[in-house]
Amino acid sequence: MLSNRHLSGWLLAAPLALVLVVFLVAPIVMITVVSFWGATEWSIYPAFQFDNYAFLFGSEVTYRVFLNTLKYAVITWVFTLLIGFTVAYFLAFHVRSLTWQIALFLLCTIPFWTSNIIRMISWIPFLGRNGLANSTLISWGVIDEPLEWLLFSDFSVILAFVHLYTLFMVVPIFNTMMRIDKSLIEAAVDAGATGWQTLWHVIIPLTKPGIMIGTIFVVTLVMGDFITVRFMSGSQSANVGRMIQNDIGLLQYPSASATAVILLITVLMVIALLLRLVDIRKEL
Amino acid sequence: MTTIPKIRYSRRSMLKAGGAAVAASALPAPMVWGQAIKDVTLRQFGTGVSNLNEVANKVKEDLGFTLEMTALDSDSVTQRAATQPDSFDIADIEYWICKKVWPTGNLQAMDTSKIKNYDKIVGIFRDGKLTPESTIAQGTAPHSVGFVEGVDGREFVDNESGWMTLIPTIYNADTLGIRPDLIGRPISNWSELLNPEFKGKASILDISSIGIMDMAMVVESMGEYTYPDKGNMTKEEIDLTLGIFTEAKKNGQFRAFWKTFDESVNLMASGEVVIQSMWSPAITAVRSQGIPCVYQPLEEGYRSWGGGIGLSKSLSGIELDAAYEYINWYLSGWVGGFLMRQGYYSAVPETSKGFMSADEWGFWFEGKAAEGDIANPFGQVMEKAGAVRDGGSFYDRMGAVACWNAVMDENQYMVRKWNEFIAA
Repeated sequence: MLSNRHLSGWLLAAPLALVLVVFLVAPIVMITVVSFWGATEWSIYPAFQFDNYAFLFGSEVTYRVFLNTLKYAVITWVFTLLIGFTVAYFLAFHVRSLTWQIALFLLCTIPFWTSNIIRMISWIPFLGRNGLANSTLISWGVIDEPLEWLLFSDFSVILAFVHLYTLFMVVPIFNTMMRIDKSLIEAAVDAGATGWQTLWHVIIPLTKPGIMIGTIFVVTLVMGDFITVRFMSGSQSANVGRMIQNDIGLLQYPSASATAVILLITVLMVIALLLRLVDIRKEL
Repeated sequence: MTTIPKIRYSRRSMLKAGGAAVAASALPAPMVWGQAIKDVTLRQFGTGVSNLNEVANKVKEDLGFTLEMTALDSDSVTQRAATQPDSFDIADIEYWICKKVWPTGNLQAMDTSKIKNYDKIVGIFRDGKLTPESTIAQGTAPHSVGFVEGVDGREFVDNESGWMTLIPTIYNADTLGIRPDLIGRPISNWSELLNPEFKGKASILDISSIGIMDMAMVVESMGEYTYPDKGNMTKEEIDLTLGIFTEAKKNGQFRAFWKTFDESVNLMASGEVVIQSMWSPAITAVRSQGIPCVYQPLEEGYRSWGGGIGLSKSLSGIELDAAYEYINWYLSGWVGGFLMRQGYYSAVPETSKGFMSADEWGFWFEGKAAEGDIANPFGQVMEKAGAVRDGGSFYDRMGAVACWNAVMDENQYMVRKWNEFIAA
C-alpha cells in the first residue's frame, strides 16, 4: 500500500519533471558543457578548457558590460515599481466596482496585443532629431535646438524598458492588492492612521509578495534583453545579451555559452537575494 | 535500358539506385536530362542583395527547374555555409566569407571548362587586374580566393587553375553616403567621417569585418597611419584603428551604428545622420523618397566587395548538371542586366548589355548622363534625365578600389576588440 502511494506520487510528478528535464535542464547542461569547448573561426571542437572564462574575466569590458546591464535593471526596476504600484493601487482601491476594475485592467493590456518590437521601434521616429517630441517642444518654445539625448541614449533604452515591462509589475501587485482584506484598512483608519500611514504600514507590507514577483519578472527580462538595447541605443551601448548575440553571430558558441552561464549565475544570485528579503511561499 | 523511364519520372528513385546514375551519365545525356531536369530543385541561400525572387521565377521560365531562395544576413550566411552543408545546394556568398568557409570542405570547386563565358569574366575575378595596367587592391581580393588545385582542393592557388571556388555574380565599390543638403559643402576625403563638424551626426556599420575596413580608410585619410595591408592588420594596427574610433565614439561623434540595410536608410532619410558608411541600394532607397543623398566618390578610393555562387560538396549527378546550367545562365546576361539596373555590376558586363537599353547601359556602366528617366527593374524611376551616376563609369569606379572586404589572420582578436569598441 505504502509503495503503491509512492509509485503514484512519482508517476504524478513524472510528466512535469520530464518536461523540465528536456526543455530546461538539458539545454542548460548543454550550454555549460559547450562553454568549456574551444572554437576556431568556423567550427567548435569539444575540449575541457577554461579559455573562454579566462578571457571573460580577464577583460575589463566584461565588468563594464555587466555593470551596465545591472544599471539598466535597477533604474528600470525603480520606474516600473513606482508606476506599476500606483496603477495597481488606483485599480484596487480607488475603482470601486468590479466591472470597472476588470475593464480598466484589460485596457492596460491592450498595447500588448501588438508585438513588443513594434511598440519599441515606434519610439524611434517619435524621439528622433526631427521627431514629434522635438518638433512639439520647439514649436512650444521650450527649446531652441532639438534635444539629441532623446534618442540613441541610455534615456531612450530605459524609456523603452519601462514602457515594455511596467505591466509585468502591475499584474502581480494588483493581484495581491485585490486579496487584501478591506476590513484591515478600515481597522487602520478606525485606529486613527492617516492615509500615508495606512499605505506604509498596512498596504505595502501586504503587497510585498506581488512586488517581489513583479521585480523578478522585470529584472530577469531586462537582464536577458538584447534587442531593446540594440535598437534604442542605436547599437551604441552594450549589455550582456548583446555580447552573447555578437558571439553567436561570429560563430563563437563556446564564448557565448560562457557568457550565458555567467549571466545565469548573476541572475540567480539576484533572485536568491530577493527571495531572502521576502518569503514568497509563506506570503502567498 | 529500363532505367530510362525511371529517370524521366522519378529523380529520387534514380538517385537511390546509385549505380544507375553512372549508367545514366553514359547515355546521350542532354535529351534525357532535358526531361528529368524539370523535377530538380536547387536550394540557394545568400545575402539579400542577389537572392531575388525574380531570378528564381526567370530560372523556372528559362531552364525549367526550381530554385528555392533563402535570404539571410552575412553572419548567418557564414554560419550556415560553415556548419550545415546539407541544408543547401548553392551558396551565394561574398569572397571574404569564402576565405572563411572554404577550409571547412563544404563546397566543391567548379570546372571552368564547363563555364561558357569564363573568358569574358572581368579580370578582377581571374588574374586580379581590371585592366592590364591595374594594380591589385589590398584586402581579400576575389582572385586570391577564387581558385584551387582541383575539385577537392582546399588550398587557394595564385593562378587560373581551371577550378574556381565561386563564380562571381555581383560586386560593387562602396564609399560614404552623405546628405548634401545638410552638409552644404563638398566632401572629398574619408577623414570627414570623424570631422568634429559632424559630431553626433555620423554613423558606421556594426559589421566588424566590413566596418574595420571603412575605419582603416578613415585612419589613412587622416594621415594617422599608413597600413602595409589594410586587409590583414597586425594586433597593434587593430588596436590603433579601434583606439582612434573609440575616442571619437566617447566624444559623441556617432549618432548610432547600423547593422541592417533598412537601419542605414532610416538614419539617413530622417536626418539623424548626415555622413555614414552606406551601400549603393540604400542610397537609391533614400533618394526614391525624394531626399537628396549622394554616394560620394572620395580621393582615397573605394572599399569594394564581391559575391559569387559556390556549389555544395554534396551536389552530384543531374543536380550538379543543373547547377552548371544555372551558372551558365547566370552569366549569360539576363541576371546581369537585372542587377546592373539596380546599380551593381555583373561579372560579364558584355552579355548584360544586350538586356539593357542603350540609355541604361550608358548611365549605369559608362557613366554618361541619362537621356531619359532611368527606372530600376521594378519600374520605379530612380534618376531623371540628365543625371550622372555618382563616381562615373565602371572603369572609373572599379579602377579606384583601394581595398576589398577582408578576413584577417587576426580576425578573432579583431572581433573581440570590435566588441569592446561597441561596449565602450
